[in-house]
Amino acid sequence: MLGAGALSLAAGLIETTAPAHAGERSAQYNAALRALLGAATPRDGGIELDLPDAVENGDYVPVALAVPSPMTAQDHVKAIHLLSTLNPRAHVATFRFTLLSGEARVTSRMRLAKTQDVVAIAELGDGTFLKALRRVDVKIGGCGI
Amino acid sequence: MAMKKPPRIKVPHSVRTGEVIEVKTLATHMMETGNRKDAEGNVIPRDIIHNFTAAFDGTPVFSAELGPGIAANPYIAFYLKVPGPGALTLTWRDDSGATTVERVELNVV
Repeated sequence: MLGAGALSLAAGLIETTAPAHAGERSAQYNAALRALLGAATPRDGGIELDLPDAVENGDYVPVALAVPSPMTAQDHVKAIHLLSTLNPRAHVATFRFTLLSGEARVTSRMRLAKTQDVVAIAELGDGTFLKALRRVDVKIGGCGI
Repeated sequence: MAMKKPPRIKVPHSVRTGEVIEVKTLATHMMETGNRKDAEGNVIPRDIIHNFTAAFDGTPVFSAELGPGIAANPYIAFYLKVPGPGALTLTWRDDSGATTVERVELNVV
C-alpha cells in the first residue's frame, strides 16, 4: 500500500515536472494572438528574438528584440509585441517605436513560469506582421506569475 | 506602490546630432503579478508598472505597455536618434497610480 502510494506520488511528480510539449499553447495565448493579428497572417522571420536556450531561474530572463529597419516614414516598425505561450498571462509587453527611435530595438527582462515557446510579433508601418519564436528551457519557474 | 528609490538611467556622456544612442533604464518595483497569495491564502493585488514612455522635448520617442510577465525591477533599454540639443523625459506609471518622472539633459557636442 505504502509502496504503491509512493510510486504514484513519484509518477505524479515526474508528470508535472516534465517539459511542456513543443508547440503547446494556452487558450489565452491563442486569443491574444488573434486579437493582435486580426485576419492577417504574419511572415516568419525578420525579427531578432534573443533569449537564452535554457535558464535556471524563470524570474529574470534577459530578452532582446530587434527588427532591422531604416525607420523612415515610408519604411518603419510600429511595434513589437512579446507573448508567452504558457505563462498565466500571455501578453508580456508591447514596445512602440517612432521615427525618433532610430532603431526598432529593445532589451528587457521577462518572467517565464515554465519551459515554453516565446513569441515576438512585429507590426510594420505597411500594416503587415512578422513573427519569431524561441523555445526556452526553464529549470525553476518564475515565482508567482 | 511608489518607487523606493529613483530609477537609474544611462545615456552616453556626449552625443552628436543624428547619432542613434541606447538609453538604458532600470526602475525599482516589485511588479506584483496579482497571482500570488499571502500566508492566509488571500490574493495579493496586482501592482505593476504597466506603462513606460520616453519623449524628447515633448515628442514621443518610445513607449511600452507592460504585463506581469516583465521581471521585477523592470529594465528597459531603447534607442533614440538624437534630433539635436534637448532633454529626454521618462515616465513610469504603476497600478497604484504612482507616477515617476525623470528628465535627462543630453550633452550634444
